[in-house]
Amino acid sequence: MTWVFDNLDLIWSLTLDHLRQSVIPIVLGFVIAIPVGWAAWRYTTLRGPVLTTIGLLYTIPSLGLFALLAAAGVPLISETNLIVALTIYGVAIMTRSVTDGLESVDPATRDAAIAVGYGPWRRFWTVDLPLSGPVLLAGLRVTATSTISLATVGVLIGQSNLGYLFTNGFQRRIVPEILAGVVAVVVIALIVDLLLVLAGRIAMPWMPRRTQTRSERSAARARLAGGVA
Amino acid sequence: MSRIHSRLALAVSTAAIAALALSGCSSSDPISGGSETSAAPASDTIVIGSQAYYSNEIIAEIYAQALEGAGFTVERQFNIGQRDAYIPSLEDGTIQLFPEYTGNLLQFFDPDTTATSSDDVYAALKTALPEGLTVLDQSPATDQDSYNVTAAFAKEHNLTSIADLAGIPNLVLGGAPELETRPYGPTGLKSKYGVDVTFSGTADTTVDELVAGNIQIANVYSADPRIKTDDLVTLADPDGLFLASNVVPVVSTSVSDKVADVINKVSAALTPEGLVALNVESTVDQKSSKDIASAWLAANGPS
Amino acid sequence: MNVFAEAFAWIFSPDRLTGSLPLPLAVWQHLAFTFGSVAIAAVIAIPLGWLIGHTGRGREIAVALSGAARALPSLGLVVLLVLLLGVVHKTEAAVVAFVLLAIPSILAGAYAGFEAIDRTVIDAGRAVGMTEWQVLWKVEVPLGLPLLIGGLRSATLQVVATVTIAAYVGLGGLGFFIIQGIQIRSFPQILGASLIVVALALALDGLFALLQRFVVPRGVAGRGARRPRERSGAPTAAAAAATS
Repeated sequence: MTWVFDNLDLIWSLTLDHLRQSVIPIVLGFVIAIPVGWAAWRYTTLRGPVLTTIGLLYTIPSLGLFALLAAAGVPLISETNLIVALTIYGVAIMTRSVTDGLESVDPATRDAAIAVGYGPWRRFWTVDLPLSGPVLLAGLRVTATSTISLATVGVLIGQSNLGYLFTNGFQRRIVPEILAGVVAVVVIALIVDLLLVLAGRIAMPWMPRRTQTRSERSAARARLAGGVA
Repeated sequence: MSRIHSRLALAVSTAAIAALALSGCSSSDPISGGSETSAAPASDTIVIGSQAYYSNEIIAEIYAQALEGAGFTVERQFNIGQRDAYIPSLEDGTIQLFPEYTGNLLQFFDPDTTATSSDDVYAALKTALPEGLTVLDQSPATDQDSYNVTAAFAKEHNLTSIADLAGIPNLVLGGAPELETRPYGPTGLKSKYGVDVTFSGTADTTVDELVAGNIQIANVYSADPRIKTDDLVTLADPDGLFLASNVVPVVSTSVSDKVADVINKVSAALTPEGLVALNVESTVDQKSSKDIASAWLAANGPS
Repeated sequence: MNVFAEAFAWIFSPDRLTGSLPLPLAVWQHLAFTFGSVAIAAVIAIPLGWLIGHTGRGREIAVALSGAARALPSLGLVVLLVLLLGVVHKTEAAVVAFVLLAIPSILAGAYAGFEAIDRTVIDAGRAVGMTEWQVLWKVEVPLGLPLLIGGLRSATLQVVATVTIAAYVGLGGLGFFIIQGIQIRSFPQILGASLIVVALALALDGLFALLQRFVVPRGVAGRGARRPRERSGAPTAAAAAATS
């Protein structure tokens, strides 16, 4: 572990680079996924094909995607390439969450909004989107974790981030260096996950703190069934 | 309803600001320390690159600290990767200085070259480089591809040169995946020495695979300390399969003479044994490039 | 489109059958790693997920551990394990890394599948006298299959893309061509190899889609039909999000 203590400044500067290279794609992926996911939800005939195709983007191997982007004009050895690739992966994961989230909004609530006179734009921003929040948050957490972990592959196209600790450590046969990299990535992912959970609580204070237990769900269902009758 | 709206807006804008803030704080150099400014009237900023190879990074860091000591501002872009990836950056001037190896670089620009000796290769390289690029003095230090076998294997088959491999069955050659296509790879072995090998793309596990016996011949860089520590035998290359490959700084022609002076002094002081010693400090002593470079400059620096 | 033509030319060139790694062998290695890793992960994750889903306990821990496992960078893990276990065991090292990658999705699919089952159905099973084991095998497992298969599907797709990393430690697979292609800067090669991986993913995805449709017991609402709109669709949607 002395290696770790001797190289804390290196690890820290790599961590900052890594955060930058991860946060931008997470935000961009989220923003792009919203209209795409909405379109897939709205036009139900397209939903299956669109979601499947977009989901399959995630299976393009990262090295292959970097090369594809290079063929399309983004220089292979550039941070732009990494960020665009990570954004595409983010959209691939997030779109389905957007669609599922919009699907999960209680139709009765939507009907009530229409009845009160909300236009489609206002309905989307004040009813549909907020109420799909929990599902969106779940998807965003997966996207964030995935992106932070995947960003390490950027080292293979010369981008400095925590992935450098893997290739450099492997070449020099320094196990603590590689271990430090793995631990750092996991820790950052967990911290970002925690921040997202907190952000979710601030943005959606009405969301139940923990998922309901089975008996609570049955009880809720029974109440609903009884109430409507 | 408006409360939900404003909470959402608050959360989103916080995230956006955080993202922007983080994108602002960064260091484009992977090695800590950044570019230190000096009191002397700073001339241009020099951008130095390195390969994704720890030994090359040490040399680049030595260049960087030597230039910083001479009053320059240095920006590091290390760990770029393959030659095919960074040469364009050198050609268009995004990077101005790069530690390279004469033989491999010559083969990159002129695959059909017949030069093999150190001086021939250096002269041929000077003419083969494209417009805007040139090389400074080459260093006595070498770090070239070489074929190695274990000491036991060499003893068993009485091997001193690559030619002695001819006729031995079931030979597997290991190295980076690109070796399969290189002129000094399996095809060169066959045409120059009549040696038949199958190839295995072992990349950074090459030496381990050799020691474990899964491959019989390994392409190991000559400055790799593991040749000594793992008791490997480097096979002689009388027919010049490999070109001599000395450490040489590649620069864009626009760099000043002062830069050339500083770097030439560094190159002259770097010996083959010295380079191996640097690599040992990195792998065995596990020191950082920054520390290794400053120690070397303190011992060998400009008088 | 020219780039794609070159990539196809690369794929179908007779040269692909010679050289250090014939293409068919690389595809076979790639699939072997994928199926092997997913199978091992399934053996670990499915019983665990069923246990969590059946008893309703341990869900938070499972979710937390899955989240942490999802954060593990595969490249770092492979490299670390190869150094720790030694190059002689590099196949095992890579498989461990892929198994860790696959477990979260399969685990989530297993317990989400059970959670999505209407409690009244379970109660009905108990009411007609089924033992706990019978409830598990005759009711929960069959009804939970669609989501479980969804989890397996998701895990397989992730692994098939990540196996390309195995080449970094010399284990072959289609990643070899991608890495070599980057080193010699041959776009047709990089693109060609990537397209094959994507094709494999498409094929596997299609297989799983079929499986998901036909493994549901006859007569159950999920088979082939659109899932009917439930009063509160949130649990199902959240389950789907968890398995992706």
